[in-house]
Amino acid sequence: MKSARQMGLVACQYCTRVWPGGTRVCGHCGHHIASRDPMSLQKVWGLWTVGMMCYIPANIYPMLDTHTLVSDQKNTIVGGALELGQHGSWGIAIVILVASVLIPVGKFIVIAALAFGVTSGSRLKPHTRQVLHEVVEYVGRWSMIDVFVVAILSSLVQLGTIASIQPGRAALFFALSVFFTMLSAQAFDSRLIWDAEVPPPEDLRASDDFGPVSQITPDTTFDFPFSAGAETLTVAGPDDRRADPPFTDPQTRKDSPT
Amino acid sequence: MTSDVTLSDLSQPATRAGASAHASPTRSAADLAALIACPRCDAVFRMVEPANNQRAICNRCHHVLVAPRLRAGKRIIAVQLAILILLVAASAYPFLSISTKGLKHSSSILDAALAFTSDGALAALSFVLAGLIVFIPAARAILSIYVLAPLTLDRGPFRGAAFAFRLSEHLRPWSMAEIFAIGCAVALIKVADLATVSFGPAFWMFSLLVLLVVVQENLACRYSIWKALGA
Ligand SMILES: [Zn+2]
Ligand SMILES: [Zn+2]
Repeated sequence: MKSARQMGLVACQYCTRVWPGGTRVCGHCGHHIASRDPMSLQKVWGLWTVGMMCYIPANIYPMLDTHTLVSDQKNTIVGGALELGQHGSWGIAIVILVASVLIPVGKFIVIAALAFGVTSGSRLKPHTRQVLHEVVEYVGRWSMIDVFVVAILSSLVQLGTIASIQPGRAALFFALSVFFTMLSAQAFDSRLIWDAEVPPPEDLRASDDFGPVSQITPDTTFDFPFSAGAETLTVAGPDDRRADPPFTDPQTRKDSPT
Repeated sequence: MTSDVTLSDLSQPATRAGASAHASPTRSAADLAALIACPRCDAVFRMVEPANNQRAICNRCHHVLVAPRLRAGKRIIAVQLAILILLVAASAYPFLSISTKGLKHSSSILDAALAFTSDGALAALSFVLAGLIVFIPAARAILSIYVLAPLTLDRGPFRGAAFAFRLSEHLRPWSMAEIFAIGCAVALIKVADLATVSFGPAFWMFSLLVLLVVVQENLACRYSIWKALGA
C-alpha cells in the first residue's frame, strides 16, 4: 500500500484525483489541495481551545429561564437535567446529560488524543483512530440538539403569566462551543494518522515510474436501504446494471463543452 | 516548500531527454487520471469502476471510495425537490402547539429560529439557527439540483457546476434540519408536564424530512458526480 505522498503526488480530498507534487489547485474540481497542511494540528488545537473556552460559560450560565405562576427559576444544563430526574423523568435527564455533557466532553478528549497521537505516537491502531475521528465528525453536529430544544421551548412556551420560558446566555456559548469543536474536528487531517506507518521517502521526487500500485477491487455488493455489505441481498440483474449508469460518462459525450 | 522543488524535478529529466520532452508529461497525466487516492488515508489505487450497487472500499482504512447507484442523479433530484418543498411548506405551518388553562400558543419553525431576538447577543444566534434549520438545507437542495439536472438530461454541466457542487459539499455538516426534528421530540417531552402539547403539520413534514435526508445521503456518491461533471 502506497500513499500519494510516498509517490510524490498530491491527492485531492474532494474528488479523489491525484496530481504531480506541488500542484496547488485540483485540475478536476478546482479545489485547493496540499499534500499535508503543515498548519493542520495548530488549527486543530486553536479551534479546540476556543471550543473549550466556550464550553465553560455554557455550563455556568443558565440555559433556560422558566417563569410559572408558582416559581421562577433559572436552570443550567446539568441543573436542569438533575431537576428533571428528581421529578421522576430519568429517561430524558439521561438523554440531556449524554447530549450536552458526555458527548461534548468526549469530543474534546478524542480530538486531543488524535492530535497527540500524531505528534507523539499512539498505542491505538490507525484504523481505530480513524474510526474515532469519523465518529467525532458525525456526532459533533448532534450536540446542537440542546440549543434547538431551548429555541423550541422559548418560542413555544409563551403563555403570559401562567408559564413562559426565556433562553439563557448559556445557549449562545453552547452553540459556539459546538461550532468550534466541529471546525476543530474538520481541521484534523486524518491522513496524518496513517503517515506514521509509511514514513515519507527521503527525497520527495516524483518519478515517472511509480512501481506497482495496488488495484482497487470493487467487491461488496449491497442494496438499498441500510443493508450495506449484506451478502444475501441480490443486486439488480446484469442487464439492468449495464443499461443505465448513474450519470453519462463524459468520455462518451461528444456534445459536452470542455 | 519541498513541493515546489518536486515540480521542477519532474520536468528536468524530460528536458534533458530532448526528443521525449513532450511525450513524458502527457503519459504521466494519463497515468495519474487512472489513479484514485483515498481522501481519508492517502492510499493510492488503480481505479476499477464498480458497477451500480457495488462499492469500492479503501483496502487500508475501509473508507467507501465509490458507491454508484442506478439512476442516482434522477433519484437525488427527486429527493432534493421533496426536501425543498417540505422545507418551504414546514416554515409556514406550526410544528408544535401548547395549551393549558384555556390559553393556547403554537410555534412555527421560523418562530423557533427567531426565539433569541429578545437579547442582543442572542439575536445573532437566531439568524445562525434559521440558517442551520431552513436556509442551508434549502441551499444544498437547490445546488444539488443545479448540478445534477443537466447531467441526468445528458447535457453538459451548467456554468459554475463544479463550484456549486463544492459549495454544497462544504455545507453538508452545517445542514441540520434533521437534528431540529429530533429536537422537537425532546422539547415535547420536556414540556409535557407543564401543559398539553400537540404536533402541528410541520412536525410531520420534518419527520419525513429526516427520512429523506438519510435516503439522500445513501444515494450520493461524490466520485460519480465528479466524474460526470468532467473537467
Ligand atoms: Zn479535486
Ligand atoms: Zn483509505
